[in-house]
Amino acid sequence: MGNLFKIAVRNLLRYKRRTILTTSLIAVGVIFVLGYISISGSFKTMIIGQITDSMLGHLQVHRKGYVASIENLPLNLNLRAPAYKKLEGILNQQPEVEAYSPRIKFGGMFSNFTETTNIRLNGVDPEKEFKTIPLLTSRIQNGQKNLNRGEILVPDLLARGMGVKVGDMVVVVATNQDGSVNGKQFKVSGILESATGPGGRDGYIHLGDAMEVLRMGEMEVSEVAIRIKHSSKVDAFTQKLDGLLSGEVNKQGKPIFEVHSWEKLSPFYNIARMIDVMTIFIQIMLIAVVLISVMNVLIMAVYERVREIGTIAAIGTLPGKILSMFMLEGLCLGLIGAVIGDIVGSAIIYILNLTGVITFDFARQTGLILKPTIDPVNVLAISAIVIVVSIVASLQPALKASRMEPIKALRHV
Amino acid sequence: MSLIKAENVSKDYRVVATKITKDYQTGEVVVRALREVTFDIESASFVSFIGPSGSGKTTLLNLIGCLDKPTEGNIQVAGVDVVKLDRKESARFRGNHIGFIFQDFNLIPVLTVFENIEYPLLMVQRTPAGERKKRVMTLLEAVGMADQQEKYPDQISGGQKQRVAVARALVTNAKLVLADEPTANLDTKTAYTVIELMKKMRDEFKTTFIFSTHDQRIVGEAEIVYSLADGELVGKQVKGEEKNG
Repeated sequence: MGNLFKIAVRNLLRYKRRTILTTSLIAVGVIFVLGYISISGSFKTMIIGQITDSMLGHLQVHRKGYVASIENLPLNLNLRAPAYKKLEGILNQQPEVEAYSPRIKFGGMFSNFTETTNIRLNGVDPEKEFKTIPLLTSRIQNGQKNLNRGEILVPDLLARGMGVKVGDMVVVVATNQDGSVNGKQFKVSGILESATGPGGRDGYIHLGDAMEVLRMGEMEVSEVAIRIKHSSKVDAFTQKLDGLLSGEVNKQGKPIFEVHSWEKLSPFYNIARMIDVMTIFIQIMLIAVVLISVMNVLIMAVYERVREIGTIAAIGTLPGKILSMFMLEGLCLGLIGAVIGDIVGSAIIYILNLTGVITFDFARQTGLILKPTIDPVNVLAISAIVIVVSIVASLQPALKASRMEPIKALRHV
Repeated sequence: MSLIKAENVSKDYRVVATKITKDYQTGEVVVRALREVTFDIESASFVSFIGPSGSGKTTLLNLIGCLDKPTEGNIQVAGVDVVKLDRKESARFRGNHIGFIFQDFNLIPVLTVFENIEYPLLMVQRTPAGERKKRVMTLLEAVGMADQQEKYPDQISGGQKQRVAVARALVTNAKLVLADEPTANLDTKTAYTVIELMKKMRDEFKTTFIFSTHDQRIVGEAEIVYSLADGELVGKQVKGEEKNG
């Protein structure tokens, strides 16, 4: 095999310009694919991180039917205290769970004593909420990175519109389950940066204050946001939890809970899927580039070396060995192109990462700095694709060479 | 079942052709390149087929060399009926028992002189490295190319290329070497040198050399000369004997 390899390399070096052009083409293709995967993948990871770590959590549990009416924030579909206790018991036993946070979500009126507007609020236990969505504190632009009883975190759009600043007093008025209205004064403790996605423009108050405004006798929960230790295992844990909770039924024998991963709750999931589909298309383009360029080079090589093929066949080289000779040339082209592409592509990604030159705006979030990274598994996978496609591309010309009748090949002019 | 097992191959590299006919289909027309050609060539002979262009010399060598099959008749080389060999068996038989010398030398341009001679041992016979080197060096010395072994074919002259081709043909210990117009691209002096070399190799390695030529300069060098015309064997001349046929 070593000798076949030596002959293959020498034959490639025989047509230096053609070999350089082809390997360059493959290398450029690999660089583009690696660049695209790293940038789009990092963008996806960043936005998913923003969504799960600053708003939704990795998954959420609601009372059955709540998500279908989630835009209305229906208080009558809250989980009652016994159901929440059961859920809490189950979650505490799961080793995958890093943190969870019960929330009371409701809509109300927000007044600065001169103007009134609508607001969506989350009543949360700050300690649990900050553990479950750790980026929430980074969204607090002004004010303290905490939330005490009697305080409110106001979304910046609303704060700007209403001219509210940290330290101002505001009133929140809400209708409880019975239809009666209640209000409470809050001190603005912080202004929250808006984030893209569901809940990105909600305000936050303490869970106890929410119960007080809504005149809850005992704690009810609209949703429980859950953070797991390994974000890559969201789907598996969602299935597991769904299985564990499916046995919990009400008096009518119907399930109490419904479990949804962030993917089902955020429209960004569809964008993430589009990014994945586009990545596949980019890879298909790379495959086409490699396939056509390697095939072209080897078809030319076979055509130019017909007499040579005839000679080696005449002196007894078996067809299998002639096949291997040409396939090794294809392999070498792919291998060299992939290695150069990997090295240059990784270097470019590293430099982009160091310099942090890629900034972008996403919805209301501006100046986000993208730190492109690439998983070595992706680099290996792209290289493997290029090498396999190079071998496949060389198969047809190699078969043609190996099947040549030596007598016809020797007569070729 | 393979026809070229070691026990089937005789140590007597006699070439026996019996009524071989070869037709080529050219479009609608069938061209008869050889007509019932029969001959018997003894082992270690130095034989030439002569005749004008189109007389069937190359076709005949291709048939003896298992590169082609006759339309009719059969050919035995070292006791093996080569007509019955399939493609792979033919390739193996050529690789192990027959050496080829071509008019255009047909050296592999990416291999050095040494590597060109080594090629059949490496790629066809899979000879161990030590043995390979020994045999290649022996042949390089024999053809007078030892000092050129690191050069590539485009760095040596035509005559030197043909010497390398002779060495390559003999390196496998082939006892039958077929040479198609081996001197056609050489000047007179070099042509004689190559023929002398082939004779020397025949004497040294007891190899049968069969070559085709229409080069009158070297016809006289052959010990047996078969004449072909329009695909028919029209004469046989043995050196030192009266013209026959």
